[in-house]
Amino acid sequence: MIEGTQSFRFFNRGPSPAARLVFFAVLSLLLMFVDARYRYLESTRSALSILISPIQQLASLPGALWDKASNFIITQSTQRDLMKQNEELKQQHQSDTAQLLQLQALQSENQQLRNLDGLPIRNEYSTQLAEIIYTERDVFSRKVLINKGANADVRLGQVVMDDIGIVGQITRVYPLLSEVTLVTEKDQAVPIQVLRNGLRAIVFGAGDTSQLSLRYMPNSADIQNDDVLVTSGIDGTYPPGIPVAKVIKVEHDPAYPFAHIVCLPLAGVDKHRHLLILSSLPKPPERPDQKSAGGNSEIRVKIRRNN
Amino acid sequence: MPSFSIQARQQIQRPVSNIFILSSVLVALFLNGLPWEGVGLLLRPDFVALVMLYWCTHKPLRVGIGLSWAVGILADVSDASLFGQHALAYTALAFGGVVLHRRLLMFDLRQQTIQVFGIFVVTYGVYALVNWQVKGYVVWPYFLGCLTSTLLWMPLSVLFLAMRQKRADSNRT
Repeated sequence: MIEGTQSFRFFNRGPSPAARLVFFAVLSLLLMFVDARYRYLESTRSALSILISPIQQLASLPGALWDKASNFIITQSTQRDLMKQNEELKQQHQSDTAQLLQLQALQSENQQLRNLDGLPIRNEYSTQLAEIIYTERDVFSRKVLINKGANADVRLGQVVMDDIGIVGQITRVYPLLSEVTLVTEKDQAVPIQVLRNGLRAIVFGAGDTSQLSLRYMPNSADIQNDDVLVTSGIDGTYPPGIPVAKVIKVEHDPAYPFAHIVCLPLAGVDKHRHLLILSSLPKPPERPDQKSAGGNSEIRVKIRRNN
Repeated sequence: MPSFSIQARQQIQRPVSNIFILSSVLVALFLNGLPWEGVGLLLRPDFVALVMLYWCTHKPLRVGIGLSWAVGILADVSDASLFGQHALAYTALAFGGVVLHRRLLMFDLRQQTIQVFGIFVVTYGVYALVNWQVKGYVVWPYFLGCLTSTLLWMPLSVLFLAMRQKRADSNRT
């Protein structure tokens, strides 16, 4: 019987579909595990990205052409719009110049004061302009790809902002591109301070909506609607004082220990095409290692016991 | 009877060139790569999955699980998803296509569509499951994509059939 069935296999077609399924499924799972845990495969990814980049560039072409065409066709109404916009911009420019003068005066005063106090001066950071080439085509993640990569000396973890505030952070660098994770990505965290009262907190992306949430804030925390959240600069990744979000809803539910606070990002996270990459941020001094910190806490505990 | 006519026409099908298969996959990658946004992104059919399923059912000896896996890796790179996420989903898709290819081709296009829907649901389910395991949440509207992909099965089959027919005609003259 068995011999009979075997003799029917005239053509050798390799392993059965089920065997192939198992093999490739295990291979995929292995790759996913390695990619998610250890991130060993970044070089492979960037090599393959060169292979696929012609298709991607071709795919972004229709959008770019559409932009150009719509820019080109200026009808009467849009011209009126432009003139109006121009007028508004002029007005804004005037008020901005006044503020800028004030700011310069304040800056020099601040520097002087800091010099007097012997504090280190907050370094200026340089910026690099980049353009969004494509947005993520995965509904699960909020990321964009920009046209500056390792060739333009972009590094992992650099902060990306637009003219208003923080947009995100660079999470992957390819030879010609890099990937920016937006602040609205699930669990993307930004250390912030409330501008009104200096309260420190961490704001997290909500993931499924274009919102942010302030977690782990006690019900008694002094946060109101329309509070502006700016970066605190505490971890050294984000420069201090850049606007991040605005509180739009504060809910106190007595059943939970923490308040439910919803914020909207101030920057045009989903809007613009051009972004700024911040570079040459000053490095904060090294954090003391865990061992000595642990020793300190032991000492502290002992002191408390003695008291 | 529509099924009969399709069966009958398939008898005189000429072999498909590798270039045709390759270019159809590249076009599908291109269509997936178009800047879809918002509702369009949610409703976007997975063209690559559609094309791979077509070739897995119509040419299972040439396009199989291994090739689908490789295309999945390319899709992973272009979507910046986890390495192997698309690959795993397309492996499941190709397995469904290869195992069911005789049965699928027995039906007419309308009945095929219903069967194909099941395969797409499994494919999308695998992708969402991985995402749920790694990131901890599922975007339910994502599954709308398998509905639109299924709706495209019939036009795609007709289009490919017409293109293959024309190819055969031009070869003959």
